[in-house]
Amino acid sequence: MTDFVAPDVDWAALSPVVIVLIAAVLGVLVEAFVPVRARRTVQLSLALAALFGAIIAVAALWSGVEDTGGTVVLGGSLLVDGPTLVLQGTIALLALLALLIIADRTETGEDAFAPNAAAVPGSEYEELARRKGVRQTEVYPLVLFATGGMLIFPATGDLLTLFVALEVLSLPLYLLTGMARRRRLLSQEASMKYFLLGAFSSALLLFGIALVYGYSGSLRYSEIAEATQVPGGLDSLLLVGSVLILSGLLFKVGAVPFHTWTPDVYQGAPTPITGFMAACTKAAAFGALLRIVYTMLPGLAWDLGVVLWTVAILTMVVGTVAALVQTDMKRVLGYSSIAHAGFILTGIIALNQAGITAVLFYLLVYGAATIGAFGIVWLVRERSGEGPGAVLGEATHLSQWAGLGRTHPLLALTFALFLLSFAGIPLTAGFAGKFSVFSAAVEGGAWPLALIGVLASAAAVFFYVRIIVLMFFTEPAGTDEEATGTAVAAPSGDGFAAIGDTAVVVEARSTVTTTVVGTEGFAVVAIAVCAILTVVLGVFPSPVLELIDGVAAFLP
Amino acid sequence: MSSSFPWLTALIVVPLLGAVALWVLPAGRTRAVALGVALLELLLGVAALTAFDVADAGAVQLTEVHGWIPAFGVSYAVGVDGVGLILVLMSVLIVPLVVLAAWREQGALTVATDQLRRYLALVLLLEAFIVAVFAARDVFFFYVLFEAMLIPVYFMIGLFGGAQRRYAAVKFLLYSLTGGLIMLVAVIALYLQGPGGPQGFLTENLTGLTLDPTAEKLMFSAFFLAFAIKAPMFPVHTWLPDAAENAPAGTSTLLVGVLDKVGTFGMLTLCLPLFPNASRWAAPVVIVLAVISILYGALLAIGQKDLMRLIAYTSVSHFGFIVLGIFAFTSTSVAGSSFYMVNHGLSTAALFLIAGFLVARRGSQQIADFGGLQKVVPVIAGTFLVAGLSALSLPGLSTFVSEFLVLVGTFARHPAAAIVASLGVVLAAVYVLWTYQRMFTGPVRPELATMPDAVTREKWVVAPLLALMVVFGFVPGPALDLVRPPASVTLEQVGVQDVPAAAATEGSDQ
Repeated sequence: MTDFVAPDVDWAALSPVVIVLIAAVLGVLVEAFVPVRARRTVQLSLALAALFGAIIAVAALWSGVEDTGGTVVLGGSLLVDGPTLVLQGTIALLALLALLIIADRTETGEDAFAPNAAAVPGSEYEELARRKGVRQTEVYPLVLFATGGMLIFPATGDLLTLFVALEVLSLPLYLLTGMARRRRLLSQEASMKYFLLGAFSSALLLFGIALVYGYSGSLRYSEIAEATQVPGGLDSLLLVGSVLILSGLLFKVGAVPFHTWTPDVYQGAPTPITGFMAACTKAAAFGALLRIVYTMLPGLAWDLGVVLWTVAILTMVVGTVAALVQTDMKRVLGYSSIAHAGFILTGIIALNQAGITAVLFYLLVYGAATIGAFGIVWLVRERSGEGPGAVLGEATHLSQWAGLGRTHPLLALTFALFLLSFAGIPLTAGFAGKFSVFSAAVEGGAWPLALIGVLASAAAVFFYVRIIVLMFFTEPAGTDEEATGTAVAAPSGDGFAAIGDTAVVVEARSTVTTTVVGTEGFAVVAIAVCAILTVVLGVFPSPVLELIDGVAAFLP
Repeated sequence: MSSSFPWLTALIVVPLLGAVALWVLPAGRTRAVALGVALLELLLGVAALTAFDVADAGAVQLTEVHGWIPAFGVSYAVGVDGVGLILVLMSVLIVPLVVLAAWREQGALTVATDQLRRYLALVLLLEAFIVAVFAARDVFFFYVLFEAMLIPVYFMIGLFGGAQRRYAAVKFLLYSLTGGLIMLVAVIALYLQGPGGPQGFLTENLTGLTLDPTAEKLMFSAFFLAFAIKAPMFPVHTWLPDAAENAPAGTSTLLVGVLDKVGTFGMLTLCLPLFPNASRWAAPVVIVLAVISILYGALLAIGQKDLMRLIAYTSVSHFGFIVLGIFAFTSTSVAGSSFYMVNHGLSTAALFLIAGFLVARRGSQQIADFGGLQKVVPVIAGTFLVAGLSALSLPGLSTFVSEFLVLVGTFARHPAAAIVASLGVVLAAVYVLWTYQRMFTGPVRPELATMPDAVTREKWVVAPLLALMVVFGFVPGPALDLVRPPASVTLEQVGVQDVPAAAATEGSDQ
């Protein structure tokens, strides 16, 4: 009989996670006890304070980790080391920016969320809620719960905690996906799809955990890593198990062939949530993947290399090629996020110190540009007729963006900046990120991957640039029929010859014009911060790179 | 004048500030500010020349090195040898002329418009990138500029160009970016072969490495592809005619006259010193491609109906000469190519700008829409003829000196290539003179009878170019003093024995 010994918990090391999760629980209580009038103010202040607090907590822990290399918490279930802190800081910062966009309301007082998400789309009940001007504030605690899960995810030191963190971050996201104010059916379909596929991938992950446990007799990464060093007869158990675990994580990052949910979910989810999901989930999931590949499975580098190489190549190629033919802005960004997942994977495959730094840096710069880009997508609306009440949902069809550079030069310029960063043009943060992952990959001997990566980047430039062409070089839709033609012209045969030559008129849109909606201003602040980050990290990436590089070592 | 003054940084910063000023200031001041900044830049360039020790032109001078991204091994490192300096000077000379020419081109002859303001801001931004790219002594810094300068050009074509501007802008960008990104892989690979560390990308730290032969060939190919697209060489030249046809004349001037030199400049100052063995390995193929470029470009130029496309194809032909000279590996041919880069810049700038005057007056770029203009606009006709004669390398004009040096230098090592290439000179006579004949001779068309001749401003645009071509045509010595020593240094780095072309060289100096 062994007595149960309560583990000695180092609460300080857990403070970023604890702050966010406590705030999330408080948020639920706020829903119950604070009157409707004050609810949004309280929720928003609470959430912002929590995320700020998490960032400050990360900063407070930084120097300690820099000196000691990190702490093992909860008996090894959580590892607070350099990469953990970098990722927690990144996630908290990105979540903060995303939250500003989530919280923002248009000049007519609309946010991005359904007045009553539980109502059947198109029902009278829903209409009633809409007429009454009901506003939901549950999104705040949901976002905080998801963020809490994301903060735990990259810090996990054993497989069971990994699974728990995965569920904590995923479940609120499934819900949030289904809460779009407009295009309710699309949103609910996306939510359903995300949930079903997510549950499926969780099952894969869980099965993989079971198999690996069967092989090694442990759930701890470090002990599994030790077990893989010992030659044994159950290699197939280990291999199948680790491939399943990787599959579960690759699903979350949206890597091919586990990517099919990405475009649909990105399109269907409320746009601010899409930005949050694209940036933060990716950071968390890649953090976990990075830790598992680097600390749990290095012994299998040789065997799993083939799998990861194949996935990385497929992801880059499929993401890029599929994005070329999209006509919906959110789907373009969705496929581009798949391609970016491929680029980040090349940094993971590098399996060296430079790879860790590169991936962590890439997640930050990609996240900043993504949140900013989706923030702008949220602001660009359809308008039928005049007056503020005539503003409808987001104008996501590419053709609707024609001429935006002439009507709203600053907004279009900012969006172009994010696109150039995605494309990896030098002097933007995206270039610094791409350069760091590709150079890590070449250093790690994976130069064919880097080559495919740059070729995919070159192809990807086409669809980013196509959007810039639309915004700046084309007349607004309605005045110039070519505009629509440019947008829907698929790069058939002679790729770019299609630009400006084909005139396909989408007649149904003739009465709807495109406008940029005025808001309370939160979103504009967030977008501005993202833009500044994109420029500064592009021109002077050194301080941040050095900061990351100084702590980029995993605890075993 | 202290030698420690950061001349090159000043040359980079001034146009950058000018671009910002244009962006901020109201449109009314545009013309004065832009021209003032461009002239100040020219003065700075001349001052930098006085600070440069011409006697030691083979060495990199005016150097500055500061850490930029130590984590990547990247430095802000600038410095020029004779070739870099003369190209910087050519660039800062051409920009004020482009600024002057832009007034009519952008429809802002009497009042400055917002359009002109944005256009000139992009021109100045581009100037900063161009000076920096010719001065970069860090491979990564060079790469960053090589890619970043595409963006202003992209907007210059796409926002201000002709009917097919969107297509041309995207084609230009995609071609250049693809080449650049492939080069990026080689840039990274090269860094890893080098000493690494926070200054690992400095050109001098990457020169003279012992490289694995296969890796060296691959890296050379990647660099060369990027430069060949930029230059542009057959068979990756197809973006240039479209870009030149659709871009405003001033943009074409900068693009073809200045920017594309980065391609040949890159071959000369990066490909050869960094990958000497692979350069020697690839030279036969490159020479064949260069000769094809010369003849193919010239033949296509003859067949063009569009004036701007014609000039673009003549440039494909001329870039063939430059590449031929570089890869012939004789000090005469390499020096000739370096000098050719400058002369081609002057000659093409003159052609494009004068063609721009004509197009702005006529509203058409089709050669068939002109005719008999010699009697109507004698000044434009005369200057066009001189510019055209420089394109066919008439003795007495500077292009003749450089083309002759290239051919003579090449003949010493590859007689066959030189002989075939010299056919290009004959073809050049056809496309220049025939074009002149179609546009300026014959009966005056009634609709062209009232076309105004060049105004003072326009004469000022063309005069410096023609004057320099004549001066360098008769007294090429000072310019050759700048390009000869770097040529010898390059040959040393490549590790080939120079083949003297003694008798011929004497003759060309006149």
